[in-house]
Amino acid sequence: MDTAFLFDAPGPRAARRTRVATVACSAALAAVAAFAVWRLGAHGELAADHWAAFTTWPIMRYLLTALLGTVQAALVAGALALPVGAVLALARLSRLRPIRLAATGYIELFRAVPLLLLIYVFLLALPAAGVRVPVFWQLVLAVSIHHTAVFAEVFRAGVLALDRGQTEAALSIGLTHGQAMRLVVIPQALRNLAPSLVSQVVTLLKDTTLGYVVSYPELLESARVLGEYTGNLLPTYLVIAALFIVVNLALTRLAHHLEKRRHAHA
Amino acid sequence: MGVVLAHLPEIGGGLLVTLELTVLAFAGALVLGTIVAVFRISPLPPLRALGLAYVEVFRNIPLLMLLVLIAFGLPEAGLKLSLFASATVGMGMYAAAYVCEAIRSGVQTIGAGQVEAARAIGLTFGQVLRHVVLPQAFRSMAQPLGNIFIAVALGTSLSASIGLMDLTGVTRLLNVAYAEPIATFAAAAVCYVLITLSGGLLTGAVERRARILR
Repeated sequence: MDTAFLFDAPGPRAARRTRVATVACSAALAAVAAFAVWRLGAHGELAADHWAAFTTWPIMRYLLTALLGTVQAALVAGALALPVGAVLALARLSRLRPIRLAATGYIELFRAVPLLLLIYVFLLALPAAGVRVPVFWQLVLAVSIHHTAVFAEVFRAGVLALDRGQTEAALSIGLTHGQAMRLVVIPQALRNLAPSLVSQVVTLLKDTTLGYVVSYPELLESARVLGEYTGNLLPTYLVIAALFIVVNLALTRLAHHLEKRRHAHA
Repeated sequence: MGVVLAHLPEIGGGLLVTLELTVLAFAGALVLGTIVAVFRISPLPPLRALGLAYVEVFRNIPLLMLLVLIAFGLPEAGLKLSLFASATVGMGMYAAAYVCEAIRSGVQTIGAGQVEAARAIGLTFGQVLRHVVLPQAFRSMAQPLGNIFIAVALGTSLSASIGLMDLTGVTRLLNVAYAEPIATFAAAAVCYVLITLSGGLLTGAVERRARILR
């Protein structure tokens, strides 16, 4: 994105001022960073043995297993939420009033209720009613139910954003409403939606950290267990945070790439 | 139903904590997000890099991870905050990244002609931002900022999982104590739906008043 129009191309004086300000800012940032490092050092968090553990294979294997847990939960939840969300979006766009109302009700309710509350329903309410759900499904079902509603809204926005002329042309050559949706609208909407769907998957992946609440061994929960076991909480959390950022950055880059490709085609 | 009626004060207290958290975190996010957005569009490379790094880190770290890190990780480095402060700071820093991106896309919608005109009459970068760009950007941003407000309101529920007694936390406690899930969860859901709905209505009203007709 280009914001260069906000300021002139610098002349010699402005360029000098920019250089001075650049050095001053860099010095200030370096000072803040140095202070943070000094604070960590003063509390012994920088001691090598706090960090060396993360290069040993048992710990790495443990963290990779946890990453696998996160990815598994996210994949299964996504695989459930995506198709159901698409169907729900179509239901909300349906011409049958009862179907439309039911879909709207589901979407609005589950977008307005926090995910954690939903998790507590699976964790506390269902066992009280005598229904026992395995830990994995406590997390995955709650995440899917919530994200189904979110995906449905993304899909609906994509279908509505498509030029009306497409539907009109499809109907005018004699396709039924269903055929027009299936053959004309949905394929185009899906292609346009690819970037937003990938960004939504990032949100979904982030939400699997709620496994912390139900004690499902994904990254955050495993970090807590490991950190409490080794008495090494802060470094463990920092390593996991970095891991999350790397994985999600990769997904975000993928979304950007898809977005760019879409514009190149359009 | 009896449990909910008998414990209205506790539920009200939880709701109050949720609202306080939401308002404080959102206000903090607005201020911090604006600063980061100014960094991101400023002419100074180190500030731009800092703004970009901030957004990339805080948009890609899970909120719960951030809350746990602040509440339970930082005390090891001698930085001990109360649970409420941890939740507010974490939520605010997290939402600031989204506010920054909303402001940046709001700035994009302002015509280059506006900025060029402002520069042509001799305003500096700071003056252009303060008098021309940001006032207009904020007016076109009611909808995205409203969505962030709702996300913050729902996000504050995560503070229950670090032990704060907000609306979700109180609901969980009542469930553990009385095992009457339907009434308690329905009550909490109604509260959240009301918060979301009023947030949406407020956003709509602000948008209608602030909208610039072009």
